[in-house]
Amino acid sequence: MSDRAVQDEVSEAAEAKARGPSVATDEHPIAPYLRMDRIPHIWCPTCGIGTVVKCFATALEETGVNLDKTSIVSGIGCTGRVAGYMKLDAFHTTHGRAIPFATGLKLGRPELLVIVFSGDGDLSGIGGNHFIHAARRNMDLMVILVNNFIYGMTGGQNAPTTPLGARTSTMPYGNFERPFNLPHLAASCGATYVARWTCLHIRRLTKAFKEAIGRKGFRFIEVIAPCSTLYARLNKLGTGFNLMQFYHDNAEIRHGEDPRKVDIGFQEKIICGKFVDEERPTFLEMMDQHYEKTLGDKYVPMPPEGGMIHE
Amino acid sequence: MKADPAGVLTGAHYLDGDFACGEGAMAAGCRFVGGYPITPSTEVVERISRRFPMIGGTFIQMEDELASMAAVVGASWTGTKALTVTSGPGFSLMMENIGLAAMMETPCVVVDVQRGGPSTGLPTMAGQADMMQARWGSHGDYESIALCPQSPQEAFDLMIDAFNLSELYRVPVMFMMDECVGHMTEKVVIPPAEEIEIVPRKLTSRSVGEYLPYYADRQSVPEFARAGDGYRFHTTGLTHDERGYPVMSAECQEKCVRRLVEKIRSNADAIVRFEEFGTEGAEVVLVAYGIAARVTQMGMEIARKRGLKVGMIRLIVAWPFPEKRIRELAGEIKAFVVPEINYGQMVLEVERCAAGKASTVLVPHGGGGVHDPETIAEEILRAAK
Repeated sequence: MSDRAVQDEVSEAAEAKARGPSVATDEHPIAPYLRMDRIPHIWCPTCGIGTVVKCFATALEETGVNLDKTSIVSGIGCTGRVAGYMKLDAFHTTHGRAIPFATGLKLGRPELLVIVFSGDGDLSGIGGNHFIHAARRNMDLMVILVNNFIYGMTGGQNAPTTPLGARTSTMPYGNFERPFNLPHLAASCGATYVARWTCLHIRRLTKAFKEAIGRKGFRFIEVIAPCSTLYARLNKLGTGFNLMQFYHDNAEIRHGEDPRKVDIGFQEKIICGKFVDEERPTFLEMMDQHYEKTLGDKYVPMPPEGGMIHE
Repeated sequence: MKADPAGVLTGAHYLDGDFACGEGAMAAGCRFVGGYPITPSTEVVERISRRFPMIGGTFIQMEDELASMAAVVGASWTGTKALTVTSGPGFSLMMENIGLAAMMETPCVVVDVQRGGPSTGLPTMAGQADMMQARWGSHGDYESIALCPQSPQEAFDLMIDAFNLSELYRVPVMFMMDECVGHMTEKVVIPPAEEIEIVPRKLTSRSVGEYLPYYADRQSVPEFARAGDGYRFHTTGLTHDERGYPVMSAECQEKCVRRLVEKIRSNADAIVRFEEFGTEGAEVVLVAYGIAARVTQMGMEIARKRGLKVGMIRLIVAWPFPEKRIRELAGEIKAFVVPEINYGQMVLEVERCAAGKASTVLVPHGGGGVHDPETIAEEILRAAK
């Protein structure tokens, strides 16, 4: 390097120091996947949902799926707001009904990639019946469930996922109800892809999303995420940062683990990994095959672009 | 446009009201049905599930009525005309997502083959006690359209209208049958497809960048974009602005709800439908609908034979209610007599519109059967005094 070049570099560095830290003006890499006109979002500082959204958007980008043919459906709750921030055909529906709404979308236009993105209370509490039946049918849906162990939006009430002993605003002396083991529930009902990660595992979570996008049938990914405003505060667990540290120290990856053995106890080990990844015919495939067999040429399947009758 | 011939079973048939209703849906272009079995409505989906695989339709039996209605709303957002079918207990469960359909402005049709209630009530026997639920069943303010056929033929004919109205106004339309109409078998003539006028889903002509999902004048209906066409729109059950984005303010609520209400109220004259006979010079006018209308007509004949001047309004569309005509008649007659298979529902509308100018008499029936025409005749005689 010439003396002149060294001098320039030194003076540039001095100028930069004088200007102070700079703010990147480039667009965020996932901005094209978001409704930037709705940002800032409503989530609390150190909430885990944003991280899950980032991983999901990255998965959309890296798989290169046709975004015009991708729909996202949410129910109600903190995670229920995800659909509202994604720049896709987006449906913010009623509490617990994201899965049946998504079922209608998929059957009404079979070519769509339909993703359900909602919370633990929404999908496994009020929507629990729909969850098990969609898994049973192997309905072509990818279901992302963010589990923060609590009803966040309404103020920290007990959820079907609250670990035994954890305090919530409606179990102020600690929860005494047994929670769901969601991967076990999904797997036992027939889900063909079942994984669990925490939102500390951003690379693995992104990879799971990418994998699930490429699969068919009922795909279920549970993501453990911190709720620092309620769950952490009510249980004196510190902030979201402390919970991330907890995940770091206590998450254990066990691919292929028997889903019956992945219960989550209060501040106990969180078993992560891919538990189920198998291929079985989906609802639509079963329907097509069955009608082709029984009705032969008389069978007229709904076209991939849907049952809309055109002029 | 004309109906898709694939769905039209042209010819003269001997069908029960439920089957005729199913045929009407298929002729109207319905290609998605999500339902949960409930007596006395099951024959509608049995008919449809038998024919759907041959006409490009998909039927799915959902896990409950909450799911059925949610699936119907979802399917409609693909442009596929969607239907669900139920009876009282299921109708109650569907109210949640009927509200969502109203708020998201989603065209769809909900059939309620009414039975006796409340609760499980009389599963296999007639009732007409869900008429107010059809209007007010889901929470919050919205306007409803409800049709009430009185025969299998009308179950077919009005089903076409129900789908057309749902498309025109982007609302869930309530199809208020009753167990008698659902289970009675009569001649049903299904015309050729080219004689059936259907309203197709009208997709927006705006480009992706220009499209706003809820942009509309105060009293009109916004343009529709379906999922999968690249619009990447957003819709929600929350109070929303023209972009379909949630806005939590009294101003936005006012604008949002006012339009949901006014798009129906301002078009009520075009939607209202009733049959009127013998009202000229009448002292008493009967108001009835569904199976009760057929019995009421018999009661009217008896009263006429006894020398009374009796006319009748038969509601074909129950909601919106024919306010104007009832108000006019109230100034000309002595009394309205309203036989219905409930303890006073549509009679409240008649009374409201009569506004004290004519007396209003309810002839109630608790359900499980129909009125004795003689009872109706006696009430007419009493009202005429």
